[in-house]
Amino acid sequence: MGKKPVKQTQKTNKLMREEDLVSSYHDMLLIRRFEERAGQLYGLGKIGGFCHLYSGQEAVVTGIAKAKLPEDQMITAYRDHGHILACGVDPYNVMAELLGRADGVSKGKGGSMHMFDVDKHFYGGHGIVGAQVPIGTGLAFANAYKEDKNPAVSITYFGDGASNQGQVYESFNMAALWKLPVIYIIENNQYAMGTSVERASAQTDLSQRGRSFGIEGRQVDGMDVEAVYAASLEAFEHARSGKGPFILEMKTYRYSGHSMSDPAKYRKREEVKDMRQHHDPINMLKDRLIERKLMSEEEAKKIQDDIFDVIEQAANKALENGEPDSSALMTDIYVEENHAG
Amino acid sequence: MPVEVVMPALSPTMEQGKIASWTVKEGDKVEAGDVLAEIETDKALVELEAAADGEVGKLVIEAGTSDIPVNTPIAYLLRDGEALSDIETAPAQVPEKPEAPVPAASEQPPASSVVPQPITVTIAADPELPADAEMTEQSVREALRDAMAEEMRRDETVFVIGEEVAEYEGAYKVTQGLLEEFGAKRVIDTPIVEHGIAGLGVGAAFAGLKPVVEFMTFNFAMQAIDQIINSAAKTHYMSGGLVTCPIVFRGPNGAARRVAAQHSQDFSAWYAHIPGLKVVAPYTAADAKGLLKAAIRDPNPVLVLENELLYAVKADVPVSDDYILPIGSAKILRAGSDVTLVSHSRSLDACLEAATSLSAEGVDCEVIDLRSLRPLDTATVIASVQKTNRLVTVEEGWPVAGIGAEISAAVQSEAFDYLDAPITRVTGLDVPLPYADNLEKMALPSTDKVIQAINTVCYRQG
Ligand SMILES: Cc1ncc(C[n+]2csc(CCOP(=O)(O)OP(=O)(O)O)c2C)c(N)n1
Ligand SMILES: [Mg+2]
Repeated sequence: MGKKPVKQTQKTNKLMREEDLVSSYHDMLLIRRFEERAGQLYGLGKIGGFCHLYSGQEAVVTGIAKAKLPEDQMITAYRDHGHILACGVDPYNVMAELLGRADGVSKGKGGSMHMFDVDKHFYGGHGIVGAQVPIGTGLAFANAYKEDKNPAVSITYFGDGASNQGQVYESFNMAALWKLPVIYIIENNQYAMGTSVERASAQTDLSQRGRSFGIEGRQVDGMDVEAVYAASLEAFEHARSGKGPFILEMKTYRYSGHSMSDPAKYRKREEVKDMRQHHDPINMLKDRLIERKLMSEEEAKKIQDDIFDVIEQAANKALENGEPDSSALMTDIYVEENHAG
Repeated sequence: MPVEVVMPALSPTMEQGKIASWTVKEGDKVEAGDVLAEIETDKALVELEAAADGEVGKLVIEAGTSDIPVNTPIAYLLRDGEALSDIETAPAQVPEKPEAPVPAASEQPPASSVVPQPITVTIAADPELPADAEMTEQSVREALRDAMAEEMRRDETVFVIGEEVAEYEGAYKVTQGLLEEFGAKRVIDTPIVEHGIAGLGVGAAFAGLKPVVEFMTFNFAMQAIDQIINSAAKTHYMSGGLVTCPIVFRGPNGAARRVAAQHSQDFSAWYAHIPGLKVVAPYTAADAKGLLKAAIRDPNPVLVLENELLYAVKADVPVSDDYILPIGSAKILRAGSDVTLVSHSRSLDACLEAATSLSAEGVDCEVIDLRSLRPLDTATVIASVQKTNRLVTVEEGWPVAGIGAEISAAVQSEAFDYLDAPITRVTGLDVPLPYADNLEKMALPSTDKVIQAINTVCYRQG
């Protein structure tokens, strides 16, 4: 101990390493099972409020997590369970937050939409559509301000629906003007609540939304973790080397309703079924790993069983965790005064 | 073990549901994700999906059954090798956990916790209505929809614009049926662009149209508040009266259930602060109709602060197309002689319950529904205080510079000599609203807190 950890530098190998591929299968499945369990607990009335599940979109955060450096920050909207899990936060504390319990990542005060873990460089969990985009740009501003040769990159996620909010374009302009180290990840899951991209966007190629600011963008198959990894590596290289922002439009899909109370009349069931059957990011990766002999059926089964246990334990433990103490109600409104410095 | 399918909780406010139809029958094979039934919730018709592969073993509850409490078993799925006979003995699929979570550490139950006993309250008849007015029972949601539909039929320039208002028929189903009747020209889905539509609405209003801008909730209107205040409220004055802005901004305001700080705010005081705006906050279905219609016909910008938790509440509503209430007039919901309670919107539930429960103990409360927050009908409040000599204000919003503070200032300046006790305010606590169930309850006004405040101003032991 005592020795300062050597700071990692930008990754360059465009192909994912074998162990990253296998662990991607694990990480995506962990998110999937977590969300299934969360959906179940919502149905039982144990989770309250709004609960937006990430099932279907797992390859996006997972591929990026494999390409990012530990100090790169992430920020997103309310559909944030996958993001915080991808930052390596214990599913127990995430589940406890969903249940509004004392051990939740936000002490039970934030709930499903407001997960945070600053030690893991995850800046939330924001409920106002689009608001995280200038904030993510501000994280990048701070990164640039520090004048590090190898700056951290802010990974700023938002949805196709959010991509129409005005503050997104204010952010794009500033980020390009000041060459801020930020990558904008548009998670285009094709719908904003009940509104498809076509019904809301004059320009449906969202990767080109930065053109008038000179920001480069790519469309990426967001159901393919390897494609996500490769594209984000390019974006990280660009942002970290001082060239400014980069946009990645991840074409993805959400399996569940927008939140738990979605009547889902705006899309056909066959569409959802087709995505689940033919484009599922987890099954596609599994098939590929088996084909390339990087994983056997037995190993896959073992991973599945382990994850099942991890999620069951996390959920059961979280259900036993108490609600926050009533004294927590009036704390954290302001930073507790500390004049020690 | 067969998989138990229970009546799911499908929204933050759902407590019971109806099985509208079964889309499978006993013996059918299903895969995870297949639709089993259509469930009618408090907000919508939602498809219930199978959580696992299996065979439909038993449908326990018939289609058409309503008021099925959340968590009631409604069907069983059999998995490989399971038989019908396994059902009766099957324990619940999800291991049963302690129902009420044990509070961590030293928590005492909050002083405000009341055992929710349903209290039946009655509301005085509306003095503005002729006794023979034709009435129909409607929810607040339906009354608001009818208000818009009637005004759209009457006036071609009225249109509705907002996120999910057309094809989805409103995130909270308030605009149900409007697209069908009035078409896409007048019922307009927008991208997620609150600031843009508020400004666009203002421009359209300048040019002679009458926009009804729906905010999915008022939390999102903060994106648009510059256009509401700087453009809608001020332009008539700045132009020396040349430009008018006949626009309505409406949507649910205030806390829903456990949707945490960014989705649970009461903006009553915010908008009531602004000269050039009118602000109403209907409580009953009839007022919802009469005030929204008045807002649409008003030549000024009007904010209609609705409440999600009141949308499903039903009451008698006048059928008339010309049921227009005056903006700026409070209503006495319950006459009384000992203490005046002044409130608006959903906090009136707590006031009426407190009044009802204390009347059994001989305390006679007068309950005033402000209905309009700008202009504020202080005359009705003052007249009441002159009679009762005691005042409690109740609101969900934060205390600092709130509606209660404004009422207190008016009463102390105009009825100071009539007061027999200091005015007491019950408000939401001075804190962003937390998600955790126990903390959220502590932070909001409750019947119990209102009773305590009444006891305080009456110098009673509670
Ligand atoms: C400013 C604002 N307006 C409206 C909402 C309500 N709302 C919540 S999510 C959502 C749709 C967002 O869609 P998208 O950005 O595509 O993200 P997704 O839900 O698909 O992940 C809307 C309209 C909100 N939270 N904030
Ligand atoms: Mg989307």
